[in-house]
Amino acid sequence: MAKLTREDVLKLARLARLELSDDEIERYRAELSDILQYVEQLQNVDVDDLQPTNQVTGLTNVMRPDEIEDYGYLPEALLENVPHVKDHQIQVKRVLG
Amino acid sequence: MSQWLPVADLAAQVQAGTLKAADLVEQALKTIAAKADYNAIIATTEGRARDRAKDIDERIAAGEQVGRLAGVPFIAKDNFLVFGAETTAASNMLRGFEAPYQATAIERLEAEGAICVAKANLDAYGHGGSTENSDFMITKNPHDKTRVPGGSSGGSSAAVVLDMAPFALGTDTGGSSRQPASFSGCVGFKPTYGLISRSGVVAMASSTDTIGTLARSANDVAAVVNVMAGRDDLDATTIDRQTDYTDLKLDLKGKKVGLIKEYMAEGIDAGVKQQIRTALDKLAAAGAEVVEVSLPSLPMALAVYYILVPAEISSNLSRYDGQRYPYSYDAAKTLDESYKQSRSRGFGNEAKRRIMVGTYVLSSGYYDAYYKKAQTVRTKLIKEFEAMFKQVDFLAGPVAPTPAFKIGQNSNDPLQMYLADVLTVAANLVGVPAISAPAGEIDGLPVGLQLMAPQKADRELLALAKQAEALLA
Repeated sequence: MAKLTREDVLKLARLARLELSDDEIERYRAELSDILQYVEQLQNVDVDDLQPTNQVTGLTNVMRPDEIEDYGYLPEALLENVPHVKDHQIQVKRVLG
Repeated sequence: MSQWLPVADLAAQVQAGTLKAADLVEQALKTIAAKADYNAIIATTEGRARDRAKDIDERIAAGEQVGRLAGVPFIAKDNFLVFGAETTAASNMLRGFEAPYQATAIERLEAEGAICVAKANLDAYGHGGSTENSDFMITKNPHDKTRVPGGSSGGSSAAVVLDMAPFALGTDTGGSSRQPASFSGCVGFKPTYGLISRSGVVAMASSTDTIGTLARSANDVAAVVNVMAGRDDLDATTIDRQTDYTDLKLDLKGKKVGLIKEYMAEGIDAGVKQQIRTALDKLAAAGAEVVEVSLPSLPMALAVYYILVPAEISSNLSRYDGQRYPYSYDAAKTLDESYKQSRSRGFGNEAKRRIMVGTYVLSSGYYDAYYKKAQTVRTKLIKEFEAMFKQVDFLAGPVAPTPAFKIGQNSNDPLQMYLADVLTVAANLVGVPAISAPAGEIDGLPVGLQLMAPQKADRELLALAKQAEALLA
């Protein structure tokens, strides 16, 4: 199952919004196949009726009141790392090709 | 010999006025500059550090109590949001990022008077065990410049061993503070999952990310952890602190230490195994009861880790899309092209590799076979650890299969590189505290002894590490 094809790699790249060169496609195809082959050893582990673990210290549903708190951050400061800002908003390229 | 007094003594002397915070900061900056060729440091925060030192010295002169870490300089791994320098996570994606707020861990250290002087190198975003995946430079091992310092907190471990500061912060998602401590020759501590807030730390894998502390002694680690530990409204996974973590005491008599059989198996360097056996003999001679124990699912831990962690990475790294963080490919014509080009050009090889593995194991049709199965084997591992900690107080073994390897030795084979994490990932999957304590050297290269304790027994673990330190010195 874990021998990936070129098409598999292209599909993953598309899902992850990555564009790969031909060299990268071949390299990742081989490397990802190795990695997946290694982790496939789990397929044969007997887990009986155990449930998956999502949280290790047993916390569930940590709630807080739905109230606005002022942390003192200015919107200008929070937007300072954004490459393109216009009228206090993040500016992106056009969506439709 | 270190130029630094123990952390608690430094703070006491600064508070008493017999040492000046300003002098300590200069001493740290001077050492950083003198040892720049090790590539441990990405940038200093010297302007802000000098201002803070001046302020602290003035407050002390005016009779104020500054705090438990008054004037103590430290270095933060560059995935912590800190004022005074960029926060890059050693990635091209974040080059130029100026933190708009600070990590909770940093805020708590500063509130007690500690002073951040520099940001340390790492494998970009924390992906790696050698710093070779840093997008900027490779850090060199303080004991041998042709070898890696370990990783991902390799800049932090090297900085501590090179005496640049009394302590450094790291992170530990699968061993990233313990393994570099073992390779570089200092103490590296990973707390119980949730004990220290990750707010303001660049996220890698949220179900296993923890804040690491690297220092010269268990006492120094404890002084720092004591200030950072406890709940934080900004990180919903945090737990209540259990106790005061300083003034470490432990009577070894009657304490049961389990040497993990699976960690002494084939594939672990014979010299490393010998160092570990010698260390445990010394613990036994001092009164501990050492027994050999088996955790049969441990050999599965690495496979579990390399499914869950890439999955979480692919999710956490989706935010770097070229729109909100500094790196953006401006020649793109459409939004989709901007996403693709920014990510393809901004991410290094290892980040791309992990994103794709994560995307695969989470994708429709494979989710149950990989991700869900791994989460279930994780449960099996947790149950084995819980049962084992009913029989023993602590677990022990090596930190890494070998001492520090050569730069370039593993860099063409990602799977081989992942296998270096085989002994450290279990503590992260299970959420227990773990520490690497110096256990001597093999041919001039340091080796760490790994010790683990049940969840929330962080204080007991630090106390055991302190005992081990005295016995193994």
